[in-house]
Amino acid sequence: MKITVTDQAGEVHELEGLEGWRVMEVIRDWGLNIKAECGGACACATCHVYVDPEWLDAVGAANDDEDDMLDTVGDVKSNSRLSCQILCSDDLDGLKLTLAPSAAKD
Amino acid sequence: MTTEITTDVVVIGAGPCGLFAAFELGLLDIKCHFIDILDRAGGQCAELYPEKPIYDIPGFPVVTGQQLTDNLMAQIAPFSPEFHFSRMVNSIEKQEDGSFKLTTDADEVFNTKVVVIAAGGGSFQPKRPPVADIEQFENKSVFYAVRKMEDFRGQDVVIVGGGDSALDWTLALESVARTITLVHRRDAFKAAPASVNKMKELVAEGKVNFQLGQIAKLEGENGQLNHVHLATDAGDLSIPATRLLPFFGLTMKLGPVADWGLELNDNTIVVDTEKFQTSVPGIFAIGDINWYPGKLKLILSGFHESALMAQAAKAVISPGERVVFQYTTSSTKLQKKLGVA
Ligand SMILES: Cc1cc2nc3c(=O)[nH]c(=O)nc-3n(C[C@H](O)[C@H](O)[C@H](O)COP(=O)(O)OP(=O)(O)OC[C@H]3O[C@@H](n4cnc5c(N)ncnc54)[C@H](O)[C@@H]3O)c2cc1C
Ligand code: FES
Repeated sequence: MKITVTDQAGEVHELEGLEGWRVMEVIRDWGLNIKAECGGACACATCHVYVDPEWLDAVGAANDDEDDMLDTVGDVKSNSRLSCQILCSDDLDGLKLTLAPSAAKD
Repeated sequence: MTTEITTDVVVIGAGPCGLFAAFELGLLDIKCHFIDILDRAGGQCAELYPEKPIYDIPGFPVVTGQQLTDNLMAQIAPFSPEFHFSRMVNSIEKQEDGSFKLTTDADEVFNTKVVVIAAGGGSFQPKRPPVADIEQFENKSVFYAVRKMEDFRGQDVVIVGGGDSALDWTLALESVARTITLVHRRDAFKAAPASVNKMKELVAEGKVNFQLGQIAKLEGENGQLNHVHLATDAGDLSIPATRLLPFFGLTMKLGPVADWGLELNDNTIVVDTEKFQTSVPGIFAIGDINWYPGKLKLILSGFHESALMAQAAKAVISPGERVVFQYTTSSTKLQKKLGVA
């Protein structure tokens, strides 16, 4: 499966996703600007992304824990998600997202 | 006034690995002072996942981050380590006699024979909201903590966030501030229900303004804020503000560790695997902050590193003294130190 990620600088990257991996892990493995401090435990919100509107339904809504974590960043939009809470699957082949400013490393 | 403390070991970072180091050092009769920027022990375990279960601590099929911290604190209690919380170690300087001088941002100096850096992923610092030019207002009219309530007397205070800090300070500053506005992106709060109810009462009485939205822009001159612009569903909203308190939690930054002249590898400190010593003899690094071939950032690894580091630190502190290897199960000497024999 493929994921298209626009980074904070506006550069577009096409990444190869792996079934069962978290989207955050794919972005981090490709060396893009994502801090992902807690490693996917939904405890830091430094893997914040904006999901392309046409993919929102396929990705689904954030759960309560994720919503609470999103409170800890100041750049939330209606299409905000934590990329560590999205699992790669064939249903998400072609997923498009943008890295939020608050996901950047220092 | 500068406070001076002289000791054998200063451990920078009271995360799980630093805490266990105090145990291993204690068995060798070495006393530690801890310095941590957080206001309590536990590092990542206490700050990022106090209630999450950990499954790979030997002997504990499951233990939460907070329970592990509490257990480590109980385990090192016989050695009475001293904790200096809420201060950051800014610098380490080697002295002519081979000892080290550490300075903190709380105007303290520690003279120590050995330094153990257990700084994990770096120091915890407040998350800065992504708003342009916020740096120029920081410590003048934008604060990430309340040190003195008096600084907020008669001010137009805007507090942002939906957690306990945001709610607690809204309630505490309500009677001091001229106006107080709590801003949160949604109408749900992750704070103690009693605080949320109290806040809602104050809103109903007109004593606190509550506004749904996010901060978008700061307006002011020479670091002095006069308005905060919010992005709300109804568009841009400008509210008078002379003080802003954003409470978005903490994030780890490498911080001053990078400036201590130690050999680094991609934001981690290079150590040997015999002593876990850095490129400067007498300075050791254990836990997530260190690097060697094959390093795994696991609590388990930090515990192992602590034991080897302690033996090497003993040789620096008491040169020439023979250390006899002993088991805690069978050595009455060790058991006496632990207060169990
Ligand atoms: C969500 C999550 C889940 C995890 N799950 C596991 C797991 O299941 N198993 C496992 O083994 N590991 C797990 N980890 C990793 C584990 O938490 C770390 O390996 C461990 O915390 C490292 O311990 P440490 O003592 O080296 O550093 P830390 O816990 O990072 O503590 C370092 C301390 O040093 C302080 N500090 C740093 N610099 C300074 C300075 N200049 N001045 C003053 N203080 C300073 C910091 O404030 C901090 O308190 C997890 C981590 C996270 C985030
Ligand atoms: S990596 Fe921490 S919340 Fe996603």
